[in-house]
Amino acid sequence: MSVTELQFQAASVQDAPAVAIQGRSQWQLTWRRLRKDRVAIASVVVILLMIVFALGAPVIAAIVGHPVDQAYPNIGQNSFGNPVGPGVHGFPLGTDEIGRDLLVRIAYGARISLFVGLLTTAIATVLGVTLGLVAGYFGGVIDAILARFFDAALAFPFIILALALASRFRPSLTIVIAVISFFSWAGISRIVRGQTLSLKEKEYVEAARSLGAGPTRIMFLDILPNLLGPVLVLATLYIPTAVVFEATLSFLGIGIPEPAPSWGNILGEAQSFYQVAWWYIVFPSLFLLITTLAFNLLGDGIRDAIDPRTERIFAGSKATRGNRGRRGKRGQLNLDQAIVVGQGGDQLANLPVTNAGGDVTP
Amino acid sequence: MNILRFLVRRIITGIIVLWLVATGTFFLFFAAIPVETVARNLAGRSASPQVLNQVIRYYGLDKPLIVQYGHFLGKLATGNLGKSFYTQEAVTTIIKQDLPPTISLVIGGMVLWLIAGLAVGILSATRARSLFDRFATVGVLAGLSAPTFVVGELLIIFVFVQLNNHGVSFIQTGYSSSPLTVPWFGQMILPWVTLAIVQAAVYTRLSRGSLLDTLGEDYIRTARSKGLTERRVLYRHAVRSAMTPVVSQLGIDVGTLLGGVIVTEQVFSLHGLGYQIVAAIPQGDQPVVIGLVLLAAAFVVVANIVVDMSYSLLDPRVRIT
Amino acid sequence: MTDSLTGTARSDFPADADLSDDTLVRVDNLVKYFPVKGNGMLGRTVTNVQAVDGVSLTIKRGKTLGLVGETGCGKSTLARCIAGLIPATSGKVYFEGKDITNLSRGAMRPFRRDIQMIFQDPYGALNPRRRVGSIIGEPFAIHNTASGADRKRAVQELMERVGLNPEHYNRFPAEFSGGQRQRIGVARALALRPKLIICDEPVSALDVSIQAQVLNLLADLQDDFGLSYLFIAHDLEVVRHVSDSVTVMYLGRIAESGPGDQVYDHPRHPYSAALLSAAPAADPDSAAARQRIILTGDVPSPINPPTGCRFHPRCPKAQDLCGTAEPALEAKAGDPVSHLTACHFPVETGEILARAGRREQR
Repeated sequence: MSVTELQFQAASVQDAPAVAIQGRSQWQLTWRRLRKDRVAIASVVVILLMIVFALGAPVIAAIVGHPVDQAYPNIGQNSFGNPVGPGVHGFPLGTDEIGRDLLVRIAYGARISLFVGLLTTAIATVLGVTLGLVAGYFGGVIDAILARFFDAALAFPFIILALALASRFRPSLTIVIAVISFFSWAGISRIVRGQTLSLKEKEYVEAARSLGAGPTRIMFLDILPNLLGPVLVLATLYIPTAVVFEATLSFLGIGIPEPAPSWGNILGEAQSFYQVAWWYIVFPSLFLLITTLAFNLLGDGIRDAIDPRTERIFAGSKATRGNRGRRGKRGQLNLDQAIVVGQGGDQLANLPVTNAGGDVTP
Repeated sequence: MNILRFLVRRIITGIIVLWLVATGTFFLFFAAIPVETVARNLAGRSASPQVLNQVIRYYGLDKPLIVQYGHFLGKLATGNLGKSFYTQEAVTTIIKQDLPPTISLVIGGMVLWLIAGLAVGILSATRARSLFDRFATVGVLAGLSAPTFVVGELLIIFVFVQLNNHGVSFIQTGYSSSPLTVPWFGQMILPWVTLAIVQAAVYTRLSRGSLLDTLGEDYIRTARSKGLTERRVLYRHAVRSAMTPVVSQLGIDVGTLLGGVIVTEQVFSLHGLGYQIVAAIPQGDQPVVIGLVLLAAAFVVVANIVVDMSYSLLDPRVRIT
Repeated sequence: MTDSLTGTARSDFPADADLSDDTLVRVDNLVKYFPVKGNGMLGRTVTNVQAVDGVSLTIKRGKTLGLVGETGCGKSTLARCIAGLIPATSGKVYFEGKDITNLSRGAMRPFRRDIQMIFQDPYGALNPRRRVGSIIGEPFAIHNTASGADRKRAVQELMERVGLNPEHYNRFPAEFSGGQRQRIGVARALALRPKLIICDEPVSALDVSIQAQVLNLLADLQDDFGLSYLFIAHDLEVVRHVSDSVTVMYLGRIAESGPGDQVYDHPRHPYSAALLSAAPAADPDSAAARQRIILTGDVPSPINPPTGCRFHPRCPKAQDLCGTAEPALEAKAGDPVSHLTACHFPVETGEILARAGRREQR
């Protein structure tokens, strides 16, 4: 049938009417899936509780009656000068080695840990996304230099750098934030760069260029929206990494300086008292573990909500039950629908969660 | 021939990197600081004026920066990492002393996590979604979420202290014995587990995912349809290809390994290199810190080259570029 | 009909006005090579992919130039060079007499309003993350011609004009069928009332019945707005239907060009003849009567094109001369001046080409 003849037919055929349902954006769909995910909801609840706990630290101190820096050598220590246990003399979780209330210290420590975790992740994300976009979009020399930079930043053990810096300057909150941010953004940049490299070949980017759109417009209006999904997952998974990083630095004595409490430096002091004060180690550890676990599960949940095809670590919700059989192609990051397809082999699954427990690397 | 060219190229790059690190270190510790302060930093907090003078002469701190830089590089090239004025020992001596615990820890830990990680990963992949797999998955998540030092401390409380309380003294902290003896095992077993747990989780997840992907590929299906036993299919074909991401991860992990080692040594009082560098900081013993930083960088560079080489040997598709 | 945006009545062009002397686009010996680099970051250029190797053509105002050829013949590359999306290696492109070859982004900007593009893949050419209204409205945003309510109105008018429901302004591309998406692409291209629209295989990815609709739309728009089209396709029937003049490309060079009827009824180049013989004919009787010319061999690679006439290894009429001397593009005996062929031994009227034997490349 020639085109001419089809023309007559076509004139009488209506184009299939578009679906009558109101269009939902990708984010609305993601949100709906997330809401059904019990594990993710639980994680969110835990995180919110932890935030409340941290913000309410002064309230807790007031309720218990022990200010955070106040040492109680008499009631807070036993006859050997060692910490007292939970419930003794009105210390809900016991005391530390100079008789300070452990619960209150943990609460204030939560403030530092969460603050550092969230702030450094925010800085790293903004910086990382921008640099990744620039490197990926412009290519050429800029990309060559930046990419080498990312690789170097990632490959170098920054605990060594942190140690060197601590040796040269005195440890402080600012240094901690700077070091963690500096090493976190490289990981995000690398992934964003990789995705930008493939996205910029898309036809709609070419279309934008043919319309006369400039690089900034294309990067932030065309490419970035397609990256937001994976970036969100990454950021959520980087938070526990940052928290652990800070804790480790403080544990080693090169992070938050005393007497400000951080889960890390509390555990650093607690180290020597393992024989006489188990609570000194167990309780801060518990808080730390619960926080990192919650963020990891949440990140996993978000990733699954964005693309139900990924295999989940902890698939327990109704929303994922029907999807367990399907697997995406190996390592492919299909960003047209901001879907992360693939499992252990791809960078997204690997990088941040790897390091949440792997000490001090993002 | 290709391999040789690759090796040469990587070595040259490695030397450049090391040079950059050395320069950076030099600037960090020697530049833009008044001579007095530098001397004091290098000599240790409690140094006397004579020691300070010694330091100034030794490092040539009163000479122009360029000359100092030259000396610095020169000493490095000859393997002289300076002297700890705190303990009056050469840094290289200190390093030699501290090497055994670190090496024991690293090798033992690595062996443990590779075996555990790969075994659990492969078993999980082949029994996907079974009870074993579910348990393993939970374990992986727990392992991924826990910082090394927390694991270490918890192990001390729940294993070491408990065992001691029940009269079992096999497990000890610290490091004093000669390697491969029973007491040595007793001291190393907990540190190994600590170092290995987190990494094992990573490798379990990685190998499981990679193997699952590989098993889905068509050529595996072909192998099966040819009549090969499942075991043969698995070990001769699937596992080999699935190992590539594992090797790349090893490359990345070399860097994090140092972090893990430092923390583990701290928790278990193993007087290795990691312990040393952490101890040197409050003491203000900068030469030790500088020396160890440079050593760490060298280690990372060398290890990366080794891993890259084995990567290309493993996967013939990776043409050495 | 009146153009609401510019207030002019563009369809005021008298239907029978002779505008054929008005050249809109002139391409002069355009060459585009893609370098193939050696190993490593600083690899030397080993060889070149000769995508376009000396192409000259003209597009008249209000007319359609059809560009046909096999995959890999360079037609898409040529289109992108004309649109300024890819820099040309050498040669010139003139738009309304002005040289627009390799202009900087800033200098090219005003021309972007006049030269637009429609892409082949309806699924790739629209950013899945953006709403349709935003996509169609982007040209207005980029060139600051309308904003706010004005823009919305203009966009909805465009939607209506191309046959879409203006109420679907806030929908995502995913909610539209392939044909509708192509209409969105057309609307976007039409926004700034361009003079030239380059259509890169705009219907190849659509169902046949939808193809007819889109082609009808394009034809209507051409009448209403006085558009010129560069129409790229590999379906000869489609090209015949829409084009005023046709250019046949082979391996980066022009094989034959001329008024549509001339080329279709009296193809002179063996390649054109072979292509036309392979096109499905509507009438089964004439199809049976037609001799099929079967070309053997694959299309040679543009990296190492054959010497002399590039078609000679597959040509049923090839002789020694064809392997050594490149034929000039000129009018052959008996043809009107506008009908050009690049062949040493063009097909005579009524000649029936035998089945081609496989030739060695010389």
